[in-house]
Amino acid sequence: MWDGILTGLTTAVMPFNLLMVVVGCFAGTFIGMLPGLGPISAVALMIPITYGLDPASGIILMAGVYYGAVFGGSTSSILINAPGCASTVVTAFDGYPMAQQNKAGKALALAAYSSFTGGTIGAIILLFAAPALASVSLSFQSGDYFALMLLGLTAVAAFSGKGQVIKALLMTVFGLMIATVGTDITSGTTRFTFGSVDLIDGVSFLLLAMATFALTEVVMTVMRGQHNEQEPEMDMAALGSMKLSREEVKEVAPTIGRSSVFGFIVGVLPGAGATIASFLAYGLERNLASAKEKLKFGKGALRGLAAPESANNAASTGSFVPLLTLGIPGSGTTAIMLGALIAYGIQPGPRLFMDNPDVFWSVIISMYIGNLVLLILNLPLIPYISRLLAIPRPILIPLILFFSITGVYLVSFNTFDIQMMVLITVIAIFLKLLEFPMAPMLLGFILGGIMEKNLGRALTMTDGSFSFLWDRPLTLTITLIAVFVLLFPLLSAMIGKARTRGAEVAVNEGEG
Amino acid sequence: MLSKMISRRRSTLMATALVACLGTGVAQAAVDSVHFLIPGGAGGGWDGTARGTGEALSKSGLVETVSYENLSGGGGGKAIAHLIEIADQSHDTLMVNSTPIVIRSLSKMFPQSFRDLTPVAATVGDFGAFVVKSDSPYTSFNQLADAYLENPRSVTVVGGSARGSMDHLVAAMAFKAAGGDPRRVKYLAYDAGGKAMAGLLSGEADVLSTGFSEALVLAEAGEVRILAMTGHERSSAAPDVPTLKELGYDTSFVNWRGFFGAPGLPQSKRDEFIAVLEKMYDTPEWKVVRDRNGWAEDFRPGDEFVSFLEQQEEEIGALMRELGFLK
Repeated sequence: MWDGILTGLTTAVMPFNLLMVVVGCFAGTFIGMLPGLGPISAVALMIPITYGLDPASGIILMAGVYYGAVFGGSTSSILINAPGCASTVVTAFDGYPMAQQNKAGKALALAAYSSFTGGTIGAIILLFAAPALASVSLSFQSGDYFALMLLGLTAVAAFSGKGQVIKALLMTVFGLMIATVGTDITSGTTRFTFGSVDLIDGVSFLLLAMATFALTEVVMTVMRGQHNEQEPEMDMAALGSMKLSREEVKEVAPTIGRSSVFGFIVGVLPGAGATIASFLAYGLERNLASAKEKLKFGKGALRGLAAPESANNAASTGSFVPLLTLGIPGSGTTAIMLGALIAYGIQPGPRLFMDNPDVFWSVIISMYIGNLVLLILNLPLIPYISRLLAIPRPILIPLILFFSITGVYLVSFNTFDIQMMVLITVIAIFLKLLEFPMAPMLLGFILGGIMEKNLGRALTMTDGSFSFLWDRPLTLTITLIAVFVLLFPLLSAMIGKARTRGAEVAVNEGEG
Repeated sequence: MLSKMISRRRSTLMATALVACLGTGVAQAAVDSVHFLIPGGAGGGWDGTARGTGEALSKSGLVETVSYENLSGGGGGKAIAHLIEIADQSHDTLMVNSTPIVIRSLSKMFPQSFRDLTPVAATVGDFGAFVVKSDSPYTSFNQLADAYLENPRSVTVVGGSARGSMDHLVAAMAFKAAGGDPRRVKYLAYDAGGKAMAGLLSGEADVLSTGFSEALVLAEAGEVRILAMTGHERSSAAPDVPTLKELGYDTSFVNWRGFFGAPGLPQSKRDEFIAVLEKMYDTPEWKVVRDRNGWAEDFRPGDEFVSFLEQQEEEIGALMRELGFLK
């Protein structure tokens, strides 16, 4: 193994490959920053270039573009509430409120540190445990994914503020409902398409996220602007300090640590991926937070930003486990990379690290280098990138509109998607004016779709019996954790009530 | 000033990205130009077929200008409707498609069928394949078929497309040829082949129904074995894999990929397309593209293509009716 690592190291630090990492990270960051254009588009754009390179350099370039795009996506989430890609939607939940509180610099810096740590921890686990982890990723059956998504749905509490529980639940159900539009693969029938060919493929997550976040935000800003004549000019002060205080570092360090490990594990599962990882990590963090801290989530909590940012980068690294060790792509992006590897005549699989040790190890080593490059590249650029906010609104708003809409259009090339975006934006504005939260809807949508497919398969396997929930220890364990997480606030509130009958109880109740 | 610079930098980059995404612009000047209409998004199977064919045609100099247009939606129905709508201005257009156009027009996912277009030629083909884990107790398709005959619910099939779509139909077709009831196939649907493969390896299914070329890639990785494929004869790419026919099951299936012109395409134009595609097979540029993608050549030009489509429609239609997907 050490021979392999050494081979990988020498390949990865060759000047040309180092250049590829830098170029990849840079290109990826910029493409990722454009709202809607995510890692898939970024990696796909690189394919023609990689044909001219040798396999190790080509895959290093694509991997660099991949992390770069995931990283860059967080920038537009934080600054303009327009997620650069699906896996950075959650980043906007707490990152954008921070930017609004004139803490954009701190948010971007924290995102950079979290991404760096997530990616690096992921790469370390990958280095030492890739072959062993391959078997873990294969132990998950449909029933287990169903239980895992159930666990994810308990995070809905994380997205509901004070007195908002009913509204959050309603929006989750709304999200679940939207997820049922289109072809149901379990039965092969189409649902809620109203005879329209455009709805057969269902609604895309990115479209929904862009419409409910970027477009809604922009229109709301314009509407608000009419009432508020004196607009405070954004200046360098808006950037705020980039430095994190000692207390803040202490606060987020454990979050980043556990979100990285957790995100990596979720990323290893072929049926989950970086987007799911970011949602689950955010929910996990909210569930672990104390009652007082819970209130801050969604309003610019440092932990709420650090969790998804560490998790999505760790998960991107984790998704290389099934790709490299089994030849199974867990996401659209890794599927494109698999195609590129095969075009080189390299077959990813259990024999890859024996047959092509230079490719296997140099990719992993280049992940460290890539993460380092991203950090070095991005930290000094933060003051300049965040100057985006200083662009006068009459210019910035049409730009956001333009990039958001073209970003979604470039995925499908279907003009119907633009009409649907407008329709969803109108609905979202009404819901927002009535103070319904948008995040639970996205959670319901993304988890609901996966949950239903897995439930369908699990039920087909058992001929319609729910016994799959307790037949396998793994499924049972995840289900029990989900039930526990769901009931825990209730139990702890009851215990707390029994113990102390003081003024604090009232506070706890109000927050529950 | 600084902000101006940044915004300009962003726009330039965006423009570059846009140009790269959209491919070269629409050009319809010369006679020797082909405009590929792709009914799916970037990175899919149709996209790869059109861009690969276009690459071979333009690099070999057979076609002067090649352009591409992606238009997804409705499982390809959106692009078909679009091509019919602007048929008169689309004599340079070739729309890529494959077996799903037959299945989806039968299931009325979209109202049109291949008859509403001008079939030009099928260019490459793939077969169905049945794959099991390396440590599976099944070592031949005969054992699997016998187990199915004994108790259909004891055999779980997994595939990378919806129930009633290709992977499911191919499995039902094979078990029917073995004398079993095709309606009782226990089928677990995934939305992509790679995820279905993970499902097979997780032990939740006995056999994976997938495309032969994809199966070859998976078998190469050493985790699975291919029990059988649905071609007429063994493939030179994997001469050890038997066909269903030689195992005693009289059935075959080919998933073709090919091109369609607009309805009312003049005969001369259609012949021109066919001639150009036929010439393409001899060019070194095509061989590079073909080998890179692992495609198997399967040329069926013009009327041969039409009668093949009619036959496939009849076979698949009968099966779908039997399975209850058609009334």
